[in-house]
Amino acid sequence: MIRWEWITSNASQLVEATLDHLALTAVAVSVGFAISFLLSIVIVRQRRLASAITGTAGVLYTIPSLALFAFLVPFTGLSFLSAQIGLVSYTLLILIRNIVAGLDGVPADVREAADGMGYGPARRFLSVELPLAMPLIIAGLRIATVTTIGLVVVAAVIGQGGLGQVMVRGFNFRNDTAVYTGAVLIVVLAIMADLLLAGIGRLVTPWARARGS
Amino acid sequence: MPVAATVEFRNVTKRYDVRAKGTPGAVNDLSLSVPAGKICVLVGPSGCGKTTSLKMVNRLIEPTSGQILIDGVDAATREVTELRRGIGYVIQQVGLFPHQSIAANVATVPRLLGWPQARQRERAEELLGIVGLDPARYRDRYPAQLSGGERQRVGVARALAADPPIMLMDEPFGAVDPIVRERLQNEFLRLQEELAKTILFVTHDIDEAIKMGELVAVLEVGGKLAQFGPPDEILASPASVFVARFVGADRGLKRLSLSRVRDLDLRLPAIARVGEDCAEARRRAAADPFPYLLLVDDQSRPIGWIPDQDVPPSGSLTEAMAVPMSPLLNRRTTLKDALSLLLDADVQAGIVVDRAGAAMGLVTMEMLAERMRETAGDPRFSPPPEPIDEEPGAAEAIGA
Repeated sequence: MIRWEWITSNASQLVEATLDHLALTAVAVSVGFAISFLLSIVIVRQRRLASAITGTAGVLYTIPSLALFAFLVPFTGLSFLSAQIGLVSYTLLILIRNIVAGLDGVPADVREAADGMGYGPARRFLSVELPLAMPLIIAGLRIATVTTIGLVVVAAVIGQGGLGQVMVRGFNFRNDTAVYTGAVLIVVLAIMADLLLAGIGRLVTPWARARGS
Repeated sequence: MPVAATVEFRNVTKRYDVRAKGTPGAVNDLSLSVPAGKICVLVGPSGCGKTTSLKMVNRLIEPTSGQILIDGVDAATREVTELRRGIGYVIQQVGLFPHQSIAANVATVPRLLGWPQARQRERAEELLGIVGLDPARYRDRYPAQLSGGERQRVGVARALAADPPIMLMDEPFGAVDPIVRERLQNEFLRLQEELAKTILFVTHDIDEAIKMGELVAVLEVGGKLAQFGPPDEILASPASVFVARFVGADRGLKRLSLSRVRDLDLRLPAIARVGEDCAEARRRAAADPFPYLLLVDDQSRPIGWIPDQDVPPSGSLTEAMAVPMSPLLNRRTTLKDALSLLLDADVQAGIVVDRAGAAMGLVTMEMLAERMRETAGDPRFSPPPEPIDEEPGAAEAIGA
């Protein structure tokens, strides 16, 4: 049974847990994106490193999340850092694949035209290749973000779960209301984050919708 | 800024250690000089190094040895992005930036050069107009919303944006259908009459080379210059068996496309006006070896032919006496088109008219045949040798 008065009396705690959840997700996706972006540039430039990098990211991705968090505790404790190491690890494979695919998808003739007209390498990357890779990069960010929002729940085992904490406490004290409220808020969070990123994607790639007419 | 610049290849060689698939053709000791304001077409089969030669001008490919001088300055000594911004570049796949509007695409080089926004925009609109695209309709669209022909026009506009003295064009009209290609070629030639840029133009199509080139450089596989000269010279006297075969057995016919009716001494037939006295007309017709009398109206516009023997002995000439007319040509008609018109109409002569439609004279089959004989008369390569045991691949290389 849902006890609505529990929700109102614990509102500030729920807000705090939601913000925690968001912070864990935002930091993990940002750091994951920064690392993935650099590794993707390495891959695009040094193709022979591709399998080593994506292979490592793939191995990280396959480690069960519960085991990974437990494994990190002896080294980094029940800390924000432990949670982040785990969460960031899981974003890498998705993000690297999408960023590399995006950069690879830039048509050769567009690159050649850019070179032929006198773009320097850095300028070509920033104002031609990156914008053209944007749809796939945004797609990767959306998947990584939604996945991370779900994974944060698991980080509750090391006391860093945001709304996951609310759910775990609900289980422990047989408080169904806490469990359901936490679950619903997580789903809402995931949907909103996805919509927000999709909206940003539309804003930065107006050309991708212009076909025919 | 100069309107046009000279381009000179001096013993330019480009070697590739391994020729993998997709590797451009090598170039072997290429020396040629393109005067300012001329269109020079590099033509040859695939693998002849024509594109490689072109890309060495803007240093997308660096030569192994030799120099390319632009207005006497070695391109290798110039800062590479600065060099490229001063050279217009058009490629077959166009390579427009899909994420930028048409106006932004056209203004690419001005943007790189740091022109003020307003001037960039102004220039983009001016150029869209020049290549025949209404700026108001096209400037805010994206490349994906344009047809192939429209995209290619935008590609040309983009290359012209900073008014570069040199343009490099790599099969610029190769990806559009033949009708659009022909139109783009004609428009570009008209444009060039005003622009007078120095243009290096790559194609594998000998017909396009002859049409577009004031100078044609024929390259052989291996990147060797087989012949360099005006198109008429290449057709009239190929320098080697390779060139003769590359330009084709119909080079006499192709040569006709280089000359126009105005280049011929027109034949003047016996002419008579409607209403003129028959006896007088008959006498004139008899004095002329051509067995027909040309009937014209009071403004000298041709009406039709009257066979000499059908001119009545007396009375006056009427329109009803004339039989269906020959095709009408003007002074700008190419001889190839003239021949085609005569063959289509199955007649011996076409009537050349001036702007007002008045008859100026005749072009006859005989005159056209005479023109072709001048070419065929060159004994060295006519007919081109046909090897019996052709190596596999050789035919492909030449036909490619």
